[in-house]
Amino acid sequence: MDAKDILGLPKNSFPPLEKKSRPPKESQRKPDGISREVYALTGGLAPLMPAIEASQLKKKPPPLEKVTWQWLPFTSSARKDNLHLYHWVRVVNGVPPTGDYSFAKYNKSVDVIKYTDEEYDKYLTDPVVYQVVTVGSRLTSITRIGRNEQHDAFLFLLLLLASSLGRDNFLCGALALLFREMWTKEETDQLFDLCERFDLRFVVIADRFPSSRTVEELKDRYYSVSRAILIARAPSSGDVAAHALVKEPYNVSQEMERKRALSMVLSQTRQQERRDEEVLIEAKRIAESRIPPKVAEEPQLVSSNAGAEATERAIPGETVSPSNAQLSSMVAPTPLPDNASTLASLRMLRVYLRTYALEQMVQAANASAGLRTIKRVEQTLQDLGVNLKPRVPTKAVCAEHLELRREILTWLNLQKQVQYKEAEGSSFRDGSYGETPGTPKLLHRGGDQDRTFVPDSINFGAERVGKKDQKRKAPGAPSAHKRPRKLKASDLYASQERIQGTEKASCWDMHVYKLGIGIPDIFESLGRDVEIGQDCKNQLSEPHRTPFVDYSALQNPCQKKNKYLLETEEPRVE
Amino acid sequence: MTNSSSSKKQGQDQPELSGPTPKSQRTKMGKSEDNDKKNLVKKLKDLEISIPIVYGNIAFWLGKKASEYQSHKWTVYVRGASNEDLGAIIKRAVFQLHSSFNNPTRVVESPPFELSEAGWGEFEVAITLYFHSDVCDKPLNLYHHLKLYPEDENSSMSTKKPVVVEFYDEIVFPDPSEAFLARMQGHPAVNLPRLPAGLTLPPPIPVEDATKRRKGDTKDHSLSQWFTNFSEADELLQLAAARQQVQAHIAKLRRQISLIDGQHQQFKSSSEP
Repeated sequence: MDAKDILGLPKNSFPPLEKKSRPPKESQRKPDGISREVYALTGGLAPLMPAIEASQLKKKPPPLEKVTWQWLPFTSSARKDNLHLYHWVRVVNGVPPTGDYSFAKYNKSVDVIKYTDEEYDKYLTDPVVYQVVTVGSRLTSITRIGRNEQHDAFLFLLLLLASSLGRDNFLCGALALLFREMWTKEETDQLFDLCERFDLRFVVIADRFPSSRTVEELKDRYYSVSRAILIARAPSSGDVAAHALVKEPYNVSQEMERKRALSMVLSQTRQQERRDEEVLIEAKRIAESRIPPKVAEEPQLVSSNAGAEATERAIPGETVSPSNAQLSSMVAPTPLPDNASTLASLRMLRVYLRTYALEQMVQAANASAGLRTIKRVEQTLQDLGVNLKPRVPTKAVCAEHLELRREILTWLNLQKQVQYKEAEGSSFRDGSYGETPGTPKLLHRGGDQDRTFVPDSINFGAERVGKKDQKRKAPGAPSAHKRPRKLKASDLYASQERIQGTEKASCWDMHVYKLGIGIPDIFESLGRDVEIGQDCKNQLSEPHRTPFVDYSALQNPCQKKNKYLLETEEPRVE
Repeated sequence: MTNSSSSKKQGQDQPELSGPTPKSQRTKMGKSEDNDKKNLVKKLKDLEISIPIVYGNIAFWLGKKASEYQSHKWTVYVRGASNEDLGAIIKRAVFQLHSSFNNPTRVVESPPFELSEAGWGEFEVAITLYFHSDVCDKPLNLYHHLKLYPEDENSSMSTKKPVVVEFYDEIVFPDPSEAFLARMQGHPAVNLPRLPAGLTLPPPIPVEDATKRRKGDTKDHSLSQWFTNFSEADELLQLAAARQQVQAHIAKLRRQISLIDGQHQQFKSSSEP
């Protein structure tokens, strides 16, 4: 009301305008099909561009032709019996489709040669002639004139026996074999008939063949007949010479051998396969080692140095020195993560920039490390206040820079090693709890703990140092980390070291070992008043001792075990 | 090294010094023992010649006289690190400019190897150095990103104080020829190797003219006041300090490892039945 007064007369003109604007808006606000909120997404107004309506999409293009489907009869040229079948046919504008049945074209068959009887008698009889030479009544020789000589020896023996001993049985057997070998006209006709019926599917033909013959025999007969006919029918020999069958006749023995070999390979057991592979690899290696290295002299010169260095770094797999030298010389052209080889490649250039050389050396050094390690090295360099790329790259500066990088790598590797060892130690101790044979033994061997601590560490230290230089990623480190870290006594021990630092831990160790106590007793004594750092003592307060409860049970594992043994032994005794 | 050098002097002096060593002599070296090979490689490495250079650009803002297409006057150059003449080594320098320049391939035949131009944009200049025939027959490529505008965006550009960007680098000839070695004896711009004993070089042929020499160096160059003095001493100090730190860390870790190993050994043995 006051506002009205303030604004005065013009105010009266607004309300009618407002009312006017609202109804049209409200009618606008009622779109069909879409909810109000969704419509509001478009800004409360209809879209400026005309949208594609769904009804438009469903429209079909006006059909050009009139298509109907009719149930009509049809024939197929593939059939010989003039059978009339019916099917649906797409009729366009009242015109049914013309042409043969669409699948008739797939009715293919093999052209099996058909021979006449005369041809058979002329060319195709299968004479298996045995030239029998007798001296007196004794058989001296039997020569077979005919095709394959597979059963020669056997037949020969049979015939011999037949002639020398009782005739009938053996002779019958021999003759039976002979007949089996021979192909009669009947059989050949049958074979060809089957071939045509089954489109040269010899497996099926062999199955259906009345007398039992192998696939190879059937094939052999078929191909030799075809070949003979071809040659016979050809006007001149030259015409058919190019024909596949004439050029390479079917070789039964080869086929049988091939199939035998295939079946052998198929039936090879896995062990045999592995053995074969090993043999092949060995053979390959021997062959390669015999090939002289094709590399230029210069890299070979340096690569033999590289080879000497490489053996130190234990390239895996190569222990034999000549093969090692060969390997390194053959590998030399590729960028080896090796100082000598980068130097060699640099020397190959007639001229280069110092920065370029430094880059190459850095890359070579980084090649053996992963991306994360490289990042860490760079981070360390930055932390130390060193430029990643030296501002004044003189020879001395570059050398120092490289050395620094190498040392940082060593340092990172050592860090990893320490982590790994700590994890190993904790996991080892976890394991040792499970498998302690008996605490009494440990207690008994308490005296042995007096063994000097230092020499062992030296030995181990040397070993580990040697391994470190190889810059290998410590195996098992990831697995150690994956192990869930339960708060056990071992953890406590390990963490204690980390908390206190090496110096204090070492004191602790010395103390422990001086006491000459075994593992269980260390933790026993942790509860007692042993001199330890204040920080550690807090950790050893009551709540943390609960894991020890299990351990105390283990303190007399022997007892426990005995119990178990007793349990099992009882029935035995009885 | 001296022993082997004296004994092998006769056989190996020749292959050492001649620049492109004939392959036959190299095979001879290949057949010698490992030790000698190592020494030989070292010897050849020691014979490398390095030339410290500085390359970069200086750009002046033209201030009032700046137009839209020419706001800066800049000079890109390659000079000796101690402003010595490089003409004895470099035959010519080719500066490849942005294609928007006329004749973007600029060739400088004599020292000082520099190129001045006016423009508005920053781009990468490809510098190709061609050396004299006895030095090296392959050219060397340098790349320099021309800088006109100061790093700090807020700082105002003045016509008096230019933007200077320089890089130090060294051209290394790992296998210099005899003639080159001889010629470079006593040249101030060049880092010469310590020549092994018994090395005889042919007397240098005096090629250069004294006056020409003086013109080639950049000691009295108009822009010499802006040149940065690169000293390796700081860098070396920095690196030495860093190395010391790292070595200390390494020692500490090694001790730690040996400790842990010792403990493991103890535990291992104690758990054995």
